[in-house]
Amino acid sequence: MVTPVPAFTDEIAKNGGSSAMLCFQCGTCTAGCPSGRFVAYRIRKLMRAAQLGLKDDTINSEDLWQCTTCYTCAERCPRDVQIVDVVTALRNIAVANGKLYEGHKKVAQNLIKYGHTVDNSKSAQRVELGLPENPPTVLANSAAMAQFNKILEITGFKKLVG
Amino acid sequence: MAKYAFFLGCIAPLRYPGIEKSTREVFKALGIELVELKDASCCPAPGVIKSFSKATWLAAAARNLALAEKEGLDIVTICNGCYGSLFDAAHELHEDKKMLDDVNKILAEIGLKYNGGTKVRHFAEVLYKEVGIEAIKKAVKKQLDCKAAVFYGCHFLKPSNIKNLDDPENPKILDELVAATGASSMPRQQKMMCCGAGGGLRSQFGETAMKFTKANLEYMKASGAEVIVDVCPFCHLQFDAGQKELGIPFKVFHLSQLFGLAFGMSAKDLGVKL
Repeated sequence: MVTPVPAFTDEIAKNGGSSAMLCFQCGTCTAGCPSGRFVAYRIRKLMRAAQLGLKDDTINSEDLWQCTTCYTCAERCPRDVQIVDVVTALRNIAVANGKLYEGHKKVAQNLIKYGHTVDNSKSAQRVELGLPENPPTVLANSAAMAQFNKILEITGFKKLVG
Repeated sequence: MAKYAFFLGCIAPLRYPGIEKSTREVFKALGIELVELKDASCCPAPGVIKSFSKATWLAAAARNLALAEKEGLDIVTICNGCYGSLFDAAHELHEDKKMLDDVNKILAEIGLKYNGGTKVRHFAEVLYKEVGIEAIKKAVKKQLDCKAAVFYGCHFLKPSNIKNLDDPENPKILDELVAATGASSMPRQQKMMCCGAGGGLRSQFGETAMKFTKANLEYMKASGAEVIVDVCPFCHLQFDAGQKELGIPFKVFHLSQLFGLAFGMSAKDLGVKL
């Protein structure tokens, strides 16, 4: 049983996905979607669910996370729906509701720990190539790392993915 | 001499430092100065971090843009993901005064301000537009006689309504750049299909990501290509891992590495295995 939540469409709009309402369900998006070739994900259906305010259906669904943000759909959409922005809005709402996969949590934790999405596993190769062991980013400057982390704190990221 | 702030990102410096090294050498050879963008962080990644919190993504991207603005330099990236994030964030901040003001309230807490003055460039379009094919041809010391599968990836050209670089369905920029080295760009099916790594697929749904990669590698093989040439370390990682894992062997080059070889630099110095 699906339960529409009318306020959900407002929430999507607030998160940058208002153009979902323009969709007239032609299916051009699904036809070009590479993910749709490999898994059951149908981007057209996700747009419809967003229009109808089917909150639980969208934010709890694994489908929401099958988009690679390749923009093929958005490029071809005859209604100019900013489809990737709608997906991003839905994902932000899902995460705010505590739906974060383990693999994604790890990337988020890396960002907090290193200021990068991955650790430095190539320091030896860097030195061999004549590069400094650590790149001259936040990794090489603890004051800059603290500054970066302050942003993660102010914007609530640490709490969100903790 | 043209001068840019060099934005490293994550995957190039921390997984494929040869890409970072090659870019430094190639730009030097072409007379473009790359200035270190000191203290920069992850862009942050458009598929993962932006999917978790757009507010964090925007503020952290604005910090990177502000660091470049302080140096009075435009940013050059060597990764489609970094380009996608920083370009999109700059576009939003430059178009929306309120958004810029809100972000500046956060930046003020760390003693920074962004005035909206940083342009974000992708190294391949800098080479194409600012250096030009003719100048690149002149820098080529060794004609590369190989068949290449040119891979654009997604965030280099798209969304095309704000990037306006080339036709997103049938682009030519990279094919022309690769041809300037003497290599042939082999036509193939589904050339613009995603590598599969983006959007958090690689980190959580790796098997699905690999299905994208397998399809791409099979189309590339059928085209007669011997090497893959990409412009994004994340696509590079996905193809390099994929060609091993799936048993569809390919040499994978970042465009900067292909240029390095054509400019007569040694494979060892470019972090390339031939």
